[in-house]
Amino acid sequence: MADTGIGAAVRRTEDLRFLTGKGRYTDDINRPGQLYAYILRSSVPHATIRSIDTAAAVAAPGVVAVYTGADMAGAGVNGLPCGWQVHSKDGEPMKEPAHPPLAVGKVRHVGDPVAVVIAESYAQAREAADAIALDLEELPAVADTRAASASGAPQLFDEVPGNLCYDWEIGDKAVNDAAFAKAAHVAKLDLVNNRLVPNAMEPRCYIGDYDPTRGEYTLYTSTQNPHVIRLLMGAFVLGIPENKLRVVGPDVGGGFGSKIYHYAEEAIVTWSAGQLGRAVKWTAERSESFMSDAHGRDHVTHVELALDADGVFLAMRVSTLANMGAYLSTFAPCVPTYLYATLLAGCYRTPTVYCNVKAVFTNTVPVDAYRGAGRPEATYLIERIVDVAADETGIDPAELRRRNFIPKDAFPYQTPVALVYDIGDYDQTLDAALAAIDYQGFEARRAEAAKRGRYRGIGISTYIEACGIAPSNVVGSLGARAGLYEAAQVRVHPTGSVSVYTGSHSHGQGHETTFAQLVSDTFGIPFESVEIVHGDTDKVLFGMGTYGSRSLAVGGTAIVKAMNKVIEKARKAAAHILEASEADVEFADGQFRVKGTDRAMSFGEVALAAYVPHKYPLDELEPGLDETAFYDPKNFTFPAGCHVAEVEIDPDTGVVTLVNFAAADDVGRVINPMIVEGQVHGGVAQGVGQALLESCVYDAQGQLVTGSYMDYCMPRADNLPPVSVSTHVTLCPHNDLGVKGCGEVGAIGSPPAVMNAVVDALSALGVKHVEMPATPQRVWQAIRDAKGAAAA
Amino acid sequence: MYSFNYRRVSSVDEAVAALGKAEDGKLMAGGMTLLPTMKQRLAQPSDLIDLSGVGALAGIKREGNRIVIGAMTRHADVADSAEVRSAIPALAHLAGRIGDPQVRNRGTIGGSIANADPAADYPAAVVGLGATVHTNQREIAGDDFFTGMFDTALEDGEIITAVSFPVPEKAAYVKFPNPASRYAVVGVMVARTGGGVRVAVTGAGPSVFRVPAMEAALAKSFSAAALDGITVAADDLNTDIHASAEYRAHLVGVMAARAVAAAG
Repeated sequence: MADTGIGAAVRRTEDLRFLTGKGRYTDDINRPGQLYAYILRSSVPHATIRSIDTAAAVAAPGVVAVYTGADMAGAGVNGLPCGWQVHSKDGEPMKEPAHPPLAVGKVRHVGDPVAVVIAESYAQAREAADAIALDLEELPAVADTRAASASGAPQLFDEVPGNLCYDWEIGDKAVNDAAFAKAAHVAKLDLVNNRLVPNAMEPRCYIGDYDPTRGEYTLYTSTQNPHVIRLLMGAFVLGIPENKLRVVGPDVGGGFGSKIYHYAEEAIVTWSAGQLGRAVKWTAERSESFMSDAHGRDHVTHVELALDADGVFLAMRVSTLANMGAYLSTFAPCVPTYLYATLLAGCYRTPTVYCNVKAVFTNTVPVDAYRGAGRPEATYLIERIVDVAADETGIDPAELRRRNFIPKDAFPYQTPVALVYDIGDYDQTLDAALAAIDYQGFEARRAEAAKRGRYRGIGISTYIEACGIAPSNVVGSLGARAGLYEAAQVRVHPTGSVSVYTGSHSHGQGHETTFAQLVSDTFGIPFESVEIVHGDTDKVLFGMGTYGSRSLAVGGTAIVKAMNKVIEKARKAAAHILEASEADVEFADGQFRVKGTDRAMSFGEVALAAYVPHKYPLDELEPGLDETAFYDPKNFTFPAGCHVAEVEIDPDTGVVTLVNFAAADDVGRVINPMIVEGQVHGGVAQGVGQALLESCVYDAQGQLVTGSYMDYCMPRADNLPPVSVSTHVTLCPHNDLGVKGCGEVGAIGSPPAVMNAVVDALSALGVKHVEMPATPQRVWQAIRDAKGAAAA
Repeated sequence: MYSFNYRRVSSVDEAVAALGKAEDGKLMAGGMTLLPTMKQRLAQPSDLIDLSGVGALAGIKREGNRIVIGAMTRHADVADSAEVRSAIPALAHLAGRIGDPQVRNRGTIGGSIANADPAADYPAAVVGLGATVHTNQREIAGDDFFTGMFDTALEDGEIITAVSFPVPEKAAYVKFPNPASRYAVVGVMVARTGGGVRVAVTGAGPSVFRVPAMEAALAKSFSAAALDGITVAADDLNTDIHASAEYRAHLVGVMAARAVAAAG
C-alpha cells in the first residue's frame, strides 16, 4: 500500500499506452462512412467579403458539400458564445460582437474560417477548396495592441468604437493616489507581456457524427472539458439538447488552456454531420494551429510602485492594454481582469492597489487563457517592478521582498484587490530557493564568469497565484456565466474494485495515476483495483473540466466527498452485518471493524454484501454502493513560492544561457511527487520559453510572421539546465486534501526570475529593462545601446 | 500536396532522361526542402525523380590531397566519416550540425548545394574550402557555383555527381544558429590552404560570399587578433525578425574570429 498511496512517486499508469504509441487520440478514431473537412481560411487580416462562389468546388471530385457562413446562419446556427461578461468602470457591459463559426460579411484575422469543404477524402476537400472563388475587399488592419487603441485605428466592428471591448478598473483610485503622494520613492516601468502560441503537441481534431434514426449527435473532440463543450455548443450554437448530444474527449495531447474553449470547427463538423447524416472529421494542420488556436498573453502595461524611505511598499498602480484578438474567445474577458488584477498584491502587504485594464480588439487570432492565464502577466510585472525598486533604492532584492511579505501569522489575509489569501509562508520558500541556488555564493560565480568574458546575473521571483477555480457564487458575481464546481461518481463494484467517474479531464496531467492513488489510499484497496474514467459525457455525470490547476483541488475533493458517502453507507451495512451499532464501527486500512474487537469486514466484503444483499439491512438501506458528489470550493487556492534563475550572457553575441534554476513551490499536500516535479519542470520550460525564446509576431499589415517552427522558437532540452525542484508545504485549510495545485506554478514563477537575472547581468552597463523574449539580437542591442549611452 | 508522378531511378543517365521527358520535373535527393515545400503546396512539380537509388552517387573517398564526397552522401555519413574527420575535421563538424538528426540522416550534400538556401551550411564549406563541384557534364569551381539566392550555375538537365574538397592546412566552421530553425543566421568557414586563406560566410547575405579584407589580414597573420577592426558592410545583408542586417554584420566578425581561434 505504502508504495502506491498518497505521497508515493507512483509511475504513471497512462505512460505505457502513451510511450508505446497506443494512446487513442481523436484523430485515431474513424467512424463508418466518415467524411473529411477542409476549412478555407482568410489569408488576409481584414476584408469585406464581397462574394463567395462555391459552385466549382461543389462540383469537384469527391466533394459532398461546401458550406459558408451564410449557409450556417441561414440554418439557424448561432455565433460562438463568450463565457464571461466583464463590465466597464462606468457600469456598461463589455462589447460582445457576434462570432459566427464561418465568417459572415467580413474576415477579421489571418486564419478566420470562411468556408468548409466536405469530401470523401481530405486531399479531395483541400483540392476543391482551391476552386472556391472568394472575392474580398481588403481593409486596413491593426494587429498591435497599442496601435489598436490609438485614435484613427482601423476598426474591426461598427458597434465597437475605438476597438474598445471594455475599460475596467479595480481598487480605490483616490486612496491609491493619496498613498502615492506620500511616497519617498516611486519606481516606474513600462513592459510588454509577449504574445504566445500554445503549441499543444496534438493539433486540434474533431469528429462530428449523427445518427438520424435516434436523432443523436456525437462530437469527438480534443478538449479539456467535454461537458462545457456540450453546454456551449449544444445550448448556445446548435440548439441540441443534452440528451441528444454526446461529447467525447479521448486521450488529448496537451492543452495548456488552448483546448478549454469552444471552437468554430467543433460546431462546423457537428452541424455538417447532421446535415449530411455522415460523420465528418477535421484535423488541424500545424500551420492552422498557429492561426486558429487561441493565443496567450499580449499585454502592454505601465506600472508604478510607491515605497517609503524604508523600502516598505505603500501603493501600486497599473495600467494595462490587453489584446483580445479579433473575437472574444470563451473566457478571454476574465483573463486580464479577474485572473490578473486580483493578483496584483502578489506576496506583499501593499495596502492599496489600483489597476485599469482596457481590452481591445485587433486583427489577430483571439487571445485567451494560456498556462497561468493572467497570473503570469501579474507576476511578471510585480516581480519586475520590485526588482526595479530594489535597484533604485539599493536594497538587496531578496531583502526588499522579505521586508514586504505578508507574514505567515497574518492569514487569512484580505488583499486590497478582492482576494482573501488562505495560508502561506513566503519566507520559507524564499529561503529554500536561495539555499538551493547558493545565493550567498553568487558574487564569486559572477566574478569567475567575468574572467571568462561573460556577464552573469541572478534573478528572484516570489510569486503567488490563485487556482483551484472557483467558488461559483463568487465568480458568478464577477461575470462568469457558469458554475465552477466539480462532479465525481465513485462506483464500487461487487468484488470491491472501483470505477471513479470524474468531471476533471486529463490531457497530460496524470489523473489516472494521482486520483487512483487517492482512492486506493482512502479505501485501503490495491492501486490496480481503481479505474479512473473521464472525458465522456455519456459516462461521467457532469464536469467543468481541467484548467486553472483545479483538478485535484476541486475534482479531487469531489472524489473525496463521494468516497465519504461510500464509506458512510458501507459503515451502516457493516454495522448491520457485524451486529454492532454504527457508531461502534470504524473504518481504517480497508477494514470496517467493531471498535475494540476483532470483528471486522474488509472493504470488498462489504461491497459484495451490498450487491448480494442476503444479510443486509434492506429496510433501511438500498443495495448497491455507488455514490456521487458535487463539490463547490469555498475559496480559490493560493500556491506560492520562489523561483531563482541564474544566467550568463555572451557580450559578443547577446546569447543568454540559463545556467542554473531553482524552484521552491508551496503547492499544498503532494499526492505524487514525481508528477508534481514533472509539472514544475514543464511549466518552467514554458516560462523560460516565454522569457528567452517565444514570441508571436504580426507585421504592421496584420500578417502572421511566426506561422511555423521555422520562426516561432519553442524551448528545447538544450535550452534548459537541470531544474532544482522542492515543495514546501502549508496545507490548504479549506479542502479535505489540503491541496493547492501545481500545474501552472512553473509558467507563472519563472519568467520574471529569468528576466530579473538578465537585467541583473547587464545592470553594471546601466541596462534597466529588457523585454521578453530576451533574444540574442535584443540583448546585443541592449548592450550596444548601453555602451553607446555610456560613451556619449 | 498536389498530385505528381514519382519515379525512382538507378543511374544518372536514367535521371537525365526522365527529367527530359517530364513537363516540370524535379530531382529529389534527400527531399529535406523539396518535400515540405510540396506539402505546403508551394511547389507543384509534375514529376518527382528520386535519386536515392543511384548508388554510384553516394560515398566518400580520398583521392590524393582531396576528399571526394558523392552527391547523394548523407550529412550524417560525412559527419561520421573517419576519412573526413582526419583530413578536414571542420567539414565533419559542419555536417554534424546541420538541422537535426532526422535531417542529417536524409539530407545530402548534393541536394543542399543544388538548393542553395542562403542559410544552409554547406555553401560555406564549398566556397570556404575552395571545393570543386562535379556534374554529369563538367567541373565547376566552388567560387563560381553559387550565383544568388536559391540560384546556382547548374544548367537544365545538369546533375551534381560529387563535390571534391582539397585538404586544407587548417580550417574551422563556426555558426550562429537561428534559435528557432537552427539554420545559420551567420556561419563562417575559415581555411588556410596552400593557395592562401579563405573566409566564406553563409546565412548573412542572399548567397554565400567571401570577405577579402579578412582573407588578406589572415594571410599576413593567421590569428583572431588580425581581424580586429575589419567590418563587413550591412548594406546587402539579410534582415528578418531574428537578426537585422546590422546584427548579422557584427556576427560575421565574431564568428570569423571564433573560427580562426578554433582552427588553431
